[in-house]
Amino acid sequence: MEFVGGKLLQVGIAIAAFAAVIGLIMLLVDRAPKSTRDKVTVIGFLAPAAILMIVGLVYPAVQTSYLAFTDAKGTPNGVDNFVWMFTQPEAVITLRNTVIWTVLVPLLSTVFGLAYAVFIDKARGERILKALVFMPMAISFVGAGVIWKLVYDFRGPGIEQTGVLNALRVAVGMEPKQFLLDAPENTIFLIIVMVWIQTGFAMVILSAAIKGVPVELVEAARLDGANPWQQFRNVTIPGIRGSLVVVLTTITIATLKVFDIVRTMTAGNFETSVVANEMYTQAFRADEPGRGAALALVLFLLVLPIVVYNARVLRQQREIR
Amino acid sequence: MTATPARDEADKALVGLPLGEKGLHAADEPIMRRVKTKLTSPFATAAALIIAAIWTVPTFGLFVQSFRPAAKQVGPRSDGWWNAFFDGQFTFKNYVDATAAAGSQSPNLSQYLINSTAIVIPVTLFVLVLASMAAYIFAWGNFRGRHAMFIFVFALQIVPLQMALIPLLQLFTQVLQLPAGSYTQLWIAHTIFGLPLGIFLLHNFISEIPGEVIEAARVDGAGHTTIFWRIILPLSVPALASLAIFQFLWVWNDLLVALVFSGGTPDVAPITQRLAEISGTRGARDYLNPAAAFVSIIIPLGVFFALQRYFVRGLLAGGLKG
Repeated sequence: MEFVGGKLLQVGIAIAAFAAVIGLIMLLVDRAPKSTRDKVTVIGFLAPAAILMIVGLVYPAVQTSYLAFTDAKGTPNGVDNFVWMFTQPEAVITLRNTVIWTVLVPLLSTVFGLAYAVFIDKARGERILKALVFMPMAISFVGAGVIWKLVYDFRGPGIEQTGVLNALRVAVGMEPKQFLLDAPENTIFLIIVMVWIQTGFAMVILSAAIKGVPVELVEAARLDGANPWQQFRNVTIPGIRGSLVVVLTTITIATLKVFDIVRTMTAGNFETSVVANEMYTQAFRADEPGRGAALALVLFLLVLPIVVYNARVLRQQREIR
Repeated sequence: MTATPARDEADKALVGLPLGEKGLHAADEPIMRRVKTKLTSPFATAAALIIAAIWTVPTFGLFVQSFRPAAKQVGPRSDGWWNAFFDGQFTFKNYVDATAAAGSQSPNLSQYLINSTAIVIPVTLFVLVLASMAAYIFAWGNFRGRHAMFIFVFALQIVPLQMALIPLLQLFTQVLQLPAGSYTQLWIAHTIFGLPLGIFLLHNFISEIPGEVIEAARVDGAGHTTIFWRIILPLSVPALASLAIFQFLWVWNDLLVALVFSGGTPDVAPITQRLAEISGTRGARDYLNPAAAFVSIIIPLGVFFALQRYFVRGLLAGGLKG
């Protein structure tokens, strides 16, 4: 068991070092002369996060933007990568799939998560009920792959089925189906896995937001004769709008970046590929970092409308304040 | 200047709506109204139970499967997990095999569980502290360009990890000379990747703390550090708890970052890496997959239950201004 002690020591040292750095920053901010204190505060509070993000995210992003205009050997080749991207035969399918994913996953996850959060609010056993829907979040993609294999598994007709869905189909007299092979609906079956995971995220955050809506407001609406649906529409929804935007935004970005599910379940074959998976394939399997980088830029463009929307929401909030 | 007038107006607007529609529903039958007034109506309960069942069945299947003998799980004599309730063959052998520490062939999951814990605890702490410091400045600091900077940080969420990994690895090994196969690389990498989302989520909460509270503290002579540690952080506990649980899960379930930065040594590799190795070796150890997957979710579930009592008002609670 000595290795446990060594690891504990490493963790202890890391946390102590971190605490020392933060403590030093706080000390410097406090001791700064009054005239420059505001400036020192801004710098001191932002610097640690800023340095880390510049090194680990901004610099790679800049490098990626440059790579997008180079070929496999690193020599600049103009917009060749983008031409390639939109002229390859599977390009349309990959883009179509990405759009389907980014529309369906945030929408369904949020709707299910919100409905569930509302239904179980103040119910008996709320904690357990929450944990049930939250559980998929606690399972790694590797574990999720194993779980959904037990659901979608296919065996030829006549052999006993090991997948739940095909066992049900056979039980009611239908032919077993190759859920992950039959295009185009196989994309939907992959999306279900992502919705299954993300609903827990939406549910936890929206449930907390619902509990933050003042009880008096709901009560007032009820006394005014609003039925539960009207209470929900006119009081709860406006009360949690901020959280709804956060949830939809976060899930949309997570969905755009998702590649683990596609990777582990179909590896992008059978017309199920998405942009993030193509990016991985090009950059790490096909030795075409330029093409991978170009795909990463396209992903960024896809997320730009969400960034703009959030910027507008933010500005509105400031104006109210 | 403060949130109060806007909030009052919002309240009036909200209450006003049902008022306006009062006439329409005054005719509702009293009994119907009594049934409907509670959102936890029989219909809602039924719907909740259906959702809970659909969400749980896949995991339940894995749970049952994890107790079935190897021959029943894989190979020619295997069948669906639900048959376990008819043949009654259950065994603990899978769990014993999956966690056993002895033998070079054993998955030895307990060691990897310790690694995962050693990776995830510092990272969660680092992200919480650094992100709340930055979020506080973005929300309540006073300098030009903070909106633009915040939007920029928000946009950083989309930088694909796959693209950031290689430059970062080069930096760690060539410039900083960090030892390969140590926790340090994993801690720093995970902290970096957690910051944009952490700042985004916390900013939304911290910016909604009423301005009067902060103003009052300032009048009393409190500086930024005092306000941050004594007012902002205590008031943000629900948001911090929510972020903590999600940050914990993201790092716990990560495979990509671990593959690049752990150097693949059993000394630091997390449990996901081991799970992938087990399911990667086709055949021989397939029967361990369900048990191993379950071993790996025990700790995250425990954390979820432990933190759940803080979820009374979570991220963005009371976002009336939204």
